[in-house]
Formats: sequence, structure tokens, C-alpha cells
Amino acid sequence: MSNDSLDPRVNRLKLGDAGAVIKVEEGENWNVYEVFHQEKRGAHHEHVGCVHAPDPQLALVFAKEQFARRKKCVNLWVVRSADILAFDAEDEDMFENNLEKNYRDASGFKVMEKINKFKQSK
Amino acid sequence: MYGGGYIFDEPNGKQLREEKQHDDPEKLAAFEARITRGEKIEPGDWMPAEYRRQLIRLIEQHAHSEIIGALPEGTWITRAPGFKRKLALIAKVQDEIGHGQLLYNAAETLGKSREAMINDLLSGKSKYSNVFNYPAETWADVTVIGFLIDAAAIVNQVANAKGSYGPYCRALERICYEESFHLKQGHDAFIELATGTPVQKQMLQEALNRWWQPIMHFFGPPDKTSQHSEKLMQWKVKMASNDEMRNQFLESYVPKIWELGLTLPDPNLRKDPETGRWQYSDPDWDEFFRVINGGGPCNEERLQVRKWAEEHGRWVRKALMNPQERRALPVA
Repeated sequence: MSNDSLDPRVNRLKLGDAGAVIKVEEGENWNVYEVFHQEKRGAHHEHVGCVHAPDPQLALVFAKEQFARRKKCVNLWVVRSADILAFDAEDEDMFENNLEKNYRDASGFKVMEKINKFKQSK
Repeated sequence: MYGGGYIFDEPNGKQLREEKQHDDPEKLAAFEARITRGEKIEPGDWMPAEYRRQLIRLIEQHAHSEIIGALPEGTWITRAPGFKRKLALIAKVQDEIGHGQLLYNAAETLGKSREAMINDLLSGKSKYSNVFNYPAETWADVTVIGFLIDAAAIVNQVANAKGSYGPYCRALERICYEESFHLKQGHDAFIELATGTPVQKQMLQEALNRWWQPIMHFFGPPDKTSQHSEKLMQWKVKMASNDEMRNQFLESYVPKIWELGLTLPDPNLRKDPETGRWQYSDPDWDEFFRVINGGGPCNEERLQVRKWAEEHGRWVRKALMNPQERRALPVA
């Protein structure tokens, strides 16, 4: 390649021939870690994405660089993606709520009606 | 917009072909109904093989564009005029690399490894946005990239963020937030030159003249010639046609260029008062295809620099490698 880059740093690299084959091997970009971000004390850690890293310590370093370089952050977790256990997406229907589950909700219990009725009856 | 080009023949390519033959009509109907309801598709969901292929192509090429796009600007870090501009440019270039990683991760959830994507970039099988095959000759070129190329990318990314694939939308949300800083710092540097000395003004006008055609190419060939993709629109992979996005870009940004007393090198550029749409001369599409297929002024240098980085970083990656690690693709 002719050394005619506008970037003197590129010219100094003395780049090889354009047809040269460079192949990255499978696994060379390491493993994948899921990243959880805590925005402030007292908040939950929330999943924000993932990073490639060779081990958990470096995953934390990369996670800080990738997910905490602007907005507020007080803590990060990383977890190897392979260690995440999740339900199958196809089983989503098991989370569907029975509409008559108000016995589990605060709204299912009307105390004021009863109190008022009691007061009026006196 | 990120060009045509190759998708992949992964080790699991065979599996994809089988999946395609067996696109179960019942599952397909449920999948399409979910998208029509405005729900997102997540990595573990059943999806048509063609949906998976097209998304991998789109997200992968978007990722490559972020990584390669950092090169013409990175060139100017050492020569940025002043400390504040230098800091902003370093931050922007770091963001672009970060965006590339977010996008590679989103594409990986669909089953193609990051290594396979990088190999397809290095071998020239996979494309990236054509604008990055042009050089940034002066500091004014950097301001045109920072203002107008980022503006064009935002038009595209804001549209895609409303698409159907969850991991891509989540990545784009973060990207759009950071791009708004890129656009603002680019606009600021652009205004500084436009309102500066006659020499600065002339430098900016010349950069604008050089970049106008690549910018018009940015959104891809006109709708009348590009392959019509009704299915991709229905599946919310493609969110707006090339011409629609180009028109939206012109609507938002041409006035911002003209108000600074600059001109654009197209005598036919004007807004039709009746239709409200912008009219312009057709840019040279033969040139577009020539450059995308390797004939541009910087194609060779861009790939060479990427290859150099892979080759010279390999010993670091290998030294840190832990062979005991149990590998997996991103979960979400």
C-alpha cells in the first residue's frame, strides 16, 4: 500500500499488503458477562448490557468504561452470561394473571365501607 | 443505509436453512401478531429465519460502521484546535467504539459470534457505512462529520429504535442519548467556523462541498431502485424508506446550514412548497456502488488499520485468555 494516508500515525505503521488474510479465532474475544448497574444507593442493580472479558475482574473494569462513563453510578455487578438461568420465552403464558386474584391485592379489601356502615348504624 | 453485502455462513448455517424450510405457519402468525401489537421480540423467542438473517446483517453492519467511523475522526485527535475540542473528540471517538461493542453484543444474541463478524469485516464480506471510505482532509471535515453525519445517523437510529427486536432497541436507546452530545458538539464546532474568519468560512464551505454527495448517499439508493422490502417493514426491521429518511434529514438540517450563510453544491435543492417535500439532483449512484465495493479513496486504509490492530493486539488477548472459561452468547 502506498504511504499516502493523511494520518502520520497510519503512515508510521507501514501497513502490509491489502490482500493479507487476518483471521480472528473463535474464543479470541473472550467470554461474555452481563452487567448490572446501580444508579444510586438504595436503588436496585439493573441490567444494562454486557461486555466481553477474559475474567470477572476485567469484566468489571470494562463495564465501568462502557456503562459508567457518563451518568451517575455507585456500583456495578458482572455475572457470566453462561450462569444466568432463565425461563423459556415460550413459557410466558405461565405469568398471566387470573383476574380474580384481588385477594392478593390491597385493593381487594374495602374497610371504609364497613366502618361507615357501622358508624351510621349507631 | 449501512449497505448491502454479506450476511454469514456460521457453523450453524445449516440449522438456519432447516429452520427456513420449516417456518411453521402457526408460529409465524403468532410472531407477526406480536409485532403488530407493538410488542418486542426477545432473543429466546421463535423467529422466522429471514428475520434473523436480516437483523444480523443490519446490526452487524451498524456495528462495523461505528468502529470504522471512529478512524477518520481519530486521525484528528492529535491535531484538534484547542484543549476543549480535543477532549470532546476523544470522548466522541470512545463513544463510537462503545457503540460498536453494544451493537456487536446485540447481534450476538441472534447467534453469530463477534469473532465471525470481525472476520467478515476484515475479509471485506461485510460492509460498513460508505461515508467512512472518504478522508477527513481538514479540521472542517471533522466538524462536518460531527454535525451532519451524526445528524443523519440519528435520523436513522431514532427510527430503528422503534423497531421490533428488543436487544437492538435497548442498544439504540443508549446510543441515541450519547449521539445527542456528538451532534451538539459538532454543531458548535461547525458554527464556530461558519461565523469565524474568512479563511475558516472558506475551509468549512470546501469541506461541505466535498461531503455533500457522500451525505446524500448516506441513506442508500432511492426507493424507486432499491429492493422493495414490504416484509421487513411489516416485521419492523426497516422502519422507514431511504427516501423518507433522506427527506427528514434535509427538512431538519438544510435550514441550519443555510442560516449560517453557507451554500450546498446542488442548484436543484429546494423544498417544494406544494408537497412539502425536498427536491434535489440525484447524486451519482454509480460512484456510490463503486466506493462501497472497494473503490473509494480510503477503503484500503480503513481495513488495513483494522487488520493491524487485530494482529498487534492478539498477544494481549491471548495472554489474558482463561481456557477454563465456560463460553456463552449474551443473554439479552
